[in-house]
Amino acid sequence: MVEVPAIRGQRAAPTGETAPTCCAGCQAAVMLIRGAGLDAYYRLRTANAPKAEDTRAAEWVAYDREAVQRGLIATHEDGSQEILLLMDGLRCAACSWLVEHALERETAVREVRLNAATARLLLRWDPAVAPLSHLLGRLAALGYTPTPLSASGQDQALVQERRTMLKRLWVAGLGMMQVMMYAIAVYIGDGWDLDVETRSLFNWVSLLITTPVVFYSSQPFFEGAWRGLRNRAPGMDVPVAVAIALAYAASVVVTLQGGAEVYFDSVTMFAFFLLAGRWFEMSARHRAGRLGEALGRLVPDTAELIDVGFVGAVELQAGDRIRVRAGDRFPCDGYLVHGSTHVDESLLTGESVPLTRDPGDAVVAGSLNLDAPVEVVVERSGAATLVSGIGRLLARAQSERPRIAALADQVARWFVVVMLGLAALTFLAWSYLDPARAFPITLAVLVVACPCALALATPVALTSGTLALARRGLLVTRADALEALAKTDVVVFDKTGTLTHGDMRISDVSLLGVIGEAEVFALAAALERSAEHPIAKAFRVYDDGREVQDLSIVRHVGVSGTIDGVRYSLGRADIDPQRWSGPLAANFGGTPVVLSTDSGPLAQFTLSDTLRAGAQALVEDLQARGIEVEILSGDHPAAVEAVAKELGVVHWLARQSPEQKLERLEAIRGQSTPVIAVVGDGVNDAPVLAAADVAIALGSGSALAQSSAGMILLGDTPTPLAAGITIARRTLRTIRQNLGLSLFYNLGGIPLAAIGLIPPWLAAIGMAASSLIVVLNSSKLYRGST
Amino acid sequence: MTLSLYILIPISLVLIVIAVWAFFWAADSGQFDDMDAPAWKIILDDDKKPPEEGRSHDER
Repeated sequence: MVEVPAIRGQRAAPTGETAPTCCAGCQAAVMLIRGAGLDAYYRLRTANAPKAEDTRAAEWVAYDREAVQRGLIATHEDGSQEILLLMDGLRCAACSWLVEHALERETAVREVRLNAATARLLLRWDPAVAPLSHLLGRLAALGYTPTPLSASGQDQALVQERRTMLKRLWVAGLGMMQVMMYAIAVYIGDGWDLDVETRSLFNWVSLLITTPVVFYSSQPFFEGAWRGLRNRAPGMDVPVAVAIALAYAASVVVTLQGGAEVYFDSVTMFAFFLLAGRWFEMSARHRAGRLGEALGRLVPDTAELIDVGFVGAVELQAGDRIRVRAGDRFPCDGYLVHGSTHVDESLLTGESVPLTRDPGDAVVAGSLNLDAPVEVVVERSGAATLVSGIGRLLARAQSERPRIAALADQVARWFVVVMLGLAALTFLAWSYLDPARAFPITLAVLVVACPCALALATPVALTSGTLALARRGLLVTRADALEALAKTDVVVFDKTGTLTHGDMRISDVSLLGVIGEAEVFALAAALERSAEHPIAKAFRVYDDGREVQDLSIVRHVGVSGTIDGVRYSLGRADIDPQRWSGPLAANFGGTPVVLSTDSGPLAQFTLSDTLRAGAQALVEDLQARGIEVEILSGDHPAAVEAVAKELGVVHWLARQSPEQKLERLEAIRGQSTPVIAVVGDGVNDAPVLAAADVAIALGSGSALAQSSAGMILLGDTPTPLAAGITIARRTLRTIRQNLGLSLFYNLGGIPLAAIGLIPPWLAAIGMAASSLIVVLNSSKLYRGST
Repeated sequence: MTLSLYILIPISLVLIVIAVWAFFWAADSGQFDDMDAPAWKIILDDDKKPPEEGRSHDER
């Protein structure tokens, strides 16, 4: 169902039922949608799309230029062209329906293939019928921002990796089920007198099925083990590879000899469980990688060159004069030569208050031009821009990311050596004592010593914990983030957008005259109607459409106008107190705005950035756990102090640049090497996020921050963090339990097997049982989290 | 009993080979690339056509 603010009275909904619409325009749009037969979108969508940006067809024209198209477009033999687009704003399956149907209506379009999971659109069209810009404009008009992707092979490589992994998993899964069926028959048959011929048949068939599981499905483990050994840093892959190889080789030998004890069932099950863990890990990594691609999109691809028209941003030269319209992002670093405006640099500096820019002032690429068209002379473009510099800072910080070494990997280093040594000793001892029993007993030792459960202990618990976290709205994109989250000592918040909404809201109003509250809101809203700055937006919802005459705007200060014959003024009391006098109460952090007539003030509004729902509870929860909470913000000190006081946070720093934030992080680290979690959302936070032990980005934050984060909060609030820490701690505890259990099984079983008390078949059951216990113990995490 | 095993087991092996082959074909042709949208597409009825001006033929 469409959600529209119910202010006016018109009633219409795209789905045919009636629902209030906010204005005649919306109603017309609804009628248009229904008329075009596109109303199914509203029935199908499972999530609301973000508000469509203003889109102007002209700027897509730049994509028709050959210099921009180079490397983006493939031409087919029949003259049709093909391009891969990254579609921003796809939320659910209904979006893909809308995109496909809207494009299929275009006569130029030959083929549309949209993958909602990866947000990729493959578009093939006939350039003789319509240029690319027309189709891009059509997509943009639907509210999705298409970004042409360069035809690099990286995208294809990810698809290939996913498909290969899926095939390996499938082969292992099928193999496991089949081999298990034969194994059960043999286990049961053992009690009865299963004849040698049938048993040998089962063994041979199991061998046949297990072979592809070992040589095809388990390939990643062997490759990983080989890489680890070559780099002299053997990880968990080494014992896994050894276990698979030995259990398989031993089983093959036994099968060839016509013996009874084979472990094909254990091999396949082991491979399948481990591959399943890898699969989840890979999916999470790919999802995080896709977010990272959005990095470059902060800077627009196109720029409007004066007297020339739209060109690619890559074509800009220093000294070029370009025009940037209100609501657009600057495509380059440069300075204003014509026009004055406000810019929003919050993504770059964290400063949420719009900054004034007059001719001569510098503007940076990626910042948003808020209220007037301006002309800019290009100074730096492309890789030389400030935002690219932040990207490089991020890359450096990422390479310096402290890594908590996985416990299992440390265990693995000596486990393999000890295991092989013990097996060799057993063999030697028994070939001296009783040569006939040497092989089966050595085999039993190897099987008992197989670190299957040990290898599963960590990944299975991590997978389970990750799923439990995802259900709470916390997406883990880096494997070590979960471990770090559990050990977190300090949580650093970036104030803008993480604890607050990041936009101005009216937090307080005090009436100073005779006019009532509803009336002063309506008057103020009418005065601010045509303005674009954040203060005006806060009043927008109160507008009841009354007429304003002789509206005059005093730049940066306020507005005045005549409504029903009375002259009203509305403006910032803190900037021009003579004109808009009002009792400047101690409204820390708020922006006082006073509505007055010539005879005196009527009301003072306090506008401030409001706290997100649950922020208070979260901070209290964290502090109750003994976790220190700190705020590092790029914002104005007064605004930060207000938030810190409200939340009861003692440590806070304001006006912090990315470099200063990094320094502060180092300073915290210097004290007692605590584990630091950083919650952020802006581009300016990206380097700090990358340097944190665990970086958590808000899902509603910038894509750059998400790409450098180890965890992403899916909702709009940081609240799941508290539950996340609980789950992360439980996960670590489960890992420790699992490691303890499997080590107990391994270490307890080896001596028994070595003195010949455990026959190989019992060893195999023990191996399977210990793995299953570890898996079941881990699945508690997921089941218990509802 | 042993004889039936010699018939049934090879049959099961053939079935596995077919299952693996079918899955490989499906994975390679992109059947698993998008696990979300196709499920929705099937329940869409595209019966409603927009009123198209300037076109005389009926698409049904």
